[in-house]
Amino acid sequence: MRNLMLATATAFALGVCAPAFAAGEIVITYKDDVSTLDPAIGYDWQNWSIIKSLFDGLMDYKPGTTELVPDLAESYEISEDGKTFTFKLRQGAKFTNGREVTAEDVKYSIERVLDPATQSPGAGFFGSIDTIEVVDPHTIRFNLNRPDATFLHVMAINFAHVVPKEAVEAAAGDFGHKPVGSGAYKVAEWTLGQRLVLEKNPDYWKPDTPKLDKITFEFGQEPNVALLRLQRGEVDVLGDGIPPAQFLEVKEDPQFAGQIVEGGQLHTGYVTMNVKTKPFDDVRVRRAVNMAINKDRIVRIINNRAVPANQPLPPSMPGYIKDLKGYPFDPEGAKKLLAEAGYADGIATELYVYNTDPNPRIAQAIQQDLAAIGINAEIKSLAQANVIAAGGDGSAPMIWSGGMAWIADFPDPSNFYGPILGCGGAVQGGWNWSWYCNEELDKLAAEADSITDPARAAEREKMWSEIYRKIVEDAPWAPVFNEQRFTMRSKRMGGDDSLYVDPVHIPVHYDAVTVNE
Amino acid sequence: MTLATAPQGAARTSILTARRLGKVFADFAKRPLALFGLIAILGVSIAAIFAPLLAPYPPGEQFFDGLTLEGAPLPPNETFLLGTDLLGRDLMSRLLYGARTSLVIGIVANGIAVVIGSMVGVTAGFFGGIVGSALMRFTDLMMAFPALLLAIVLAAILSPSLWIVVLVIAMVNWTQIARITFTETRSLSEREFVEAEWSIGAGRARILFRHILPHLVPTMLVWGTLGVATTVLLEATLSFLGIGVQPPTPSWGNIIFESQTYFTSAPWLVFIPGACIVVLALGFNLVGDALRDILDPTQKGRF
Amino acid sequence: MAAYLARRLIQAILILFGVSLVTFFLLFVLPADPARQLAGRSATIETVESIRHELGLDRPFHVQYLRYLGALASGDLGRSYQQKTNVSTLIAARLPATLLLMVGAIFCELLIGLTMGIAAALRRGRITDQLLMIVSFVAVSAPQFVVGVLLLYVFAVNLGWFPIGGYGSFAHLVLPALTLGILGAGWYARMMRSSMVDVLRQDYMRTAKAKGLKPGVVLAVHALPNAILPIIAMIGIDIGIFMSGIVVVESVFGWPGIGQLAWQAIQQIDIPIIMGVTLVSACAIIIGNLIADLIAPLIDPRIKLR
Repeated sequence: MRNLMLATATAFALGVCAPAFAAGEIVITYKDDVSTLDPAIGYDWQNWSIIKSLFDGLMDYKPGTTELVPDLAESYEISEDGKTFTFKLRQGAKFTNGREVTAEDVKYSIERVLDPATQSPGAGFFGSIDTIEVVDPHTIRFNLNRPDATFLHVMAINFAHVVPKEAVEAAAGDFGHKPVGSGAYKVAEWTLGQRLVLEKNPDYWKPDTPKLDKITFEFGQEPNVALLRLQRGEVDVLGDGIPPAQFLEVKEDPQFAGQIVEGGQLHTGYVTMNVKTKPFDDVRVRRAVNMAINKDRIVRIINNRAVPANQPLPPSMPGYIKDLKGYPFDPEGAKKLLAEAGYADGIATELYVYNTDPNPRIAQAIQQDLAAIGINAEIKSLAQANVIAAGGDGSAPMIWSGGMAWIADFPDPSNFYGPILGCGGAVQGGWNWSWYCNEELDKLAAEADSITDPARAAEREKMWSEIYRKIVEDAPWAPVFNEQRFTMRSKRMGGDDSLYVDPVHIPVHYDAVTVNE
Repeated sequence: MTLATAPQGAARTSILTARRLGKVFADFAKRPLALFGLIAILGVSIAAIFAPLLAPYPPGEQFFDGLTLEGAPLPPNETFLLGTDLLGRDLMSRLLYGARTSLVIGIVANGIAVVIGSMVGVTAGFFGGIVGSALMRFTDLMMAFPALLLAIVLAAILSPSLWIVVLVIAMVNWTQIARITFTETRSLSEREFVEAEWSIGAGRARILFRHILPHLVPTMLVWGTLGVATTVLLEATLSFLGIGVQPPTPSWGNIIFESQTYFTSAPWLVFIPGACIVVLALGFNLVGDALRDILDPTQKGRF
Repeated sequence: MAAYLARRLIQAILILFGVSLVTFFLLFVLPADPARQLAGRSATIETVESIRHELGLDRPFHVQYLRYLGALASGDLGRSYQQKTNVSTLIAARLPATLLLMVGAIFCELLIGLTMGIAAALRRGRITDQLLMIVSFVAVSAPQFVVGVLLLYVFAVNLGWFPIGGYGSFAHLVLPALTLGILGAGWYARMMRSSMVDVLRQDYMRTAKAKGLKPGVVLAVHALPNAILPIIAMIGIDIGIFMSGIVVVESVFGWPGIGQLAWQAIQQIDIPIIMGVTLVSACAIIIGNLIADLIAPLIDPRIKLR
């Protein structure tokens, strides 16, 4: 028994890889495994940015910013009516299998996402596409069914990244584990559940990119373990950020000064109220809820890793209303509103919440605040899928969005509207959990999104601000906070801070970060 | 080994009469570990029953000064004897009320499990036939499930509340009892005194209620006690995974669930409730083990 | 023997069939919608419906179940909804970690349990015996997540002897294996003690001692082999208990085994993975019970394989 055990132990120990310390090689940790690297499928924290480094889309953003730039496309043209987008592809961009990227590939990739057999969570983004035309091998034209101001953003999201048909077919349904792209890196090694190694794509078309030779991702690492390992110099970037429990310690330790990076995030945490059912069909009750929640205290409960919110859009999003006062924290005023609405005797309701820490805690803080104005909200702390189901069939009167909240897919105000606040999402199985449907706003939104002329961008932004101002007035949500991201990098990592909290390449812009030797 | 199995007959036939019960108590009192277990159970019960009197604060009250400005919980201090949790609530008050959750679930869930289990076991063992074997095959089936996975899936379907957790645990835990009572009923049915009753034409009901069930009481008592320990642990585990009783109802398991990531900076939030769980489960294990030794010396070892 | 095994095999298949039916049904009535979970937030209702159709989730229960059984019969556990890979691949990728953890746990159980049991039996009635038995009671009364976090706190965070979770080397294995094994160690200590006490009372032990054999030799040659069979039978039963324990232990230590896989799948309602892990666990439990049953007649000749 013992001998067998020792033999296993030795074999096990030999299999361990020494941490990479060579120049141009870095180690990044994540707690959860990367489930897939298929750009048509991947839609989570770990794989979002890795996919961006393995594949390219027609458009991308300037590293560390939300500024759109052409990527695989060299240039683009938008027709007068905003319904035709023509992209000229870059010459010489190649997949890592050696073949050149052509317009056919772009067409194939997007049609693949739209094919129900792919089961892509991204199909909904391409709703405005009518037909896709390959004009010549390096020109592609999208004919839209309506003018779509967000179309360039849509061409930059992962779902629009370009994949080679032959590799997808060769992978026989397992492209997510055998990815071939035209990105800055390619997969060198992947042990499911343990590690993923990316190496530099030597033929990458973009000059001086990427800056690193090799990135090793290690999975299954608790964030607190990762932090200790970073302090010991075994890890270069914390993929999951600084764990909340260690946050205070680390922040006050002068040893780590300059290594901590803080950044905003296109995220809002909010409470939805089902406007189709009593008592939340009354706007006064919804406003009372907005006034009852002590957002400062909730922010304190999560160690000040967020800023209080008063509107759906996060502050770094275009269209954010800077001068909006929002609802003040005013329990007395809230009580008055409830009494006016005829609920002086109180309300009994339910608050649904996703059952991973810290969400049940936040829900309890909200519960206490609501109790103070006479709303007795019973907490239903359930698995994510159960909460989503309860939101989609309208059986949940209130939902705390934490853990399932909206993080923008692209930095445009329209992205916070359609599925979660518009009429389109307020249907059985939709994601508009407050069931708020204001047809007038839907019309305004459509109008704003038909302004494709870049010269009128400011005008469009203003229209969106007005839409959100009206939403705040109608109060289908109680916005609570906007999460801030806090992460840490080792001393050897270089590059601007913003690359480590990139607003689009979430969480880290792997193509742009560097190592100082 | 032969020594251990020899006295099988003697103890099995004994019924818990008043006189024997007295002897059981006398035996019990001679065992320091058993007494310690009993004290632990009584202690937790007192805490649970008198929680409203003993608790310094309401268990759900989130104190504004229960957290530091940066949102860290307070370590044990004069105002909050055992410190505060991550929402600024008094840990001691939550522990006292949490004792209620653990005890109620432990006792009720296990009680239901014992009732279901013995009904299945006795029916299958006494009546036999197709129903009997169907019941036992079903028991085998349930035993092949990984208990925790089954509980997790059931909890997800039924959306947890205190009584749902009770139900889920009972549904997972009855199989063991069913197996044991089945075996015992079977062997009792084949014993001389039962066969003698049959031969003088006694009815089924008479045999069942006069002869079989009374002999099962010691077994049920022993397993009923030991099972509470298992149940307490299972409740804590479900709560620890975030699928137990719903917040803000305190349970020792969900206190740990809410604080586990802070175990380095606020260890008291994990280890004090952890110690409570150990003490309660230990109490039931010690008492159950002593009862088994006294009532039924054949079932040494594991349950 | 062959007939017995054949019968057990048929029984096992029937039980697996039942397990699959019950689990499939429970997941069918679960108030959650895998298609919507999969379609993502921006999906239109049409997309959700087409994904539902693609997965066959729009069919009635019996059609879905028979389909699953049909695939299962040819060894196909289906494809994960979320990860878009064969469930068998996913389980195979994580099973080695879980098996390693279980082997480690069994090793800890035996090492700690047997040592404690033997020591207690040899010092029967004395204070060492009492203390060891108290320890064994505490071991069986402690929830695994508390033990795990305590070990982490003491040996990894404060003393720094072991890594704070993760996977990859022998050092990573120690604490999780200990956590998973500590419950069984408590049982083994008690079982070992009682069977050792029985053996030590036997005549041949006295004879052996009288012949002047060293106590260590007597123990190794005569006492241990007799005392150890029930323990081996217990290891079989343990496998079932481990199947529950791994969900907790793997989550506390970030161990990349099937327990984590199952937990994540339950959160996401990834039905094929939940089914797959449940069936694999049920197989393990059945095999474990079979081992225990096969050993039983060796311990007590009066028990016959039926």
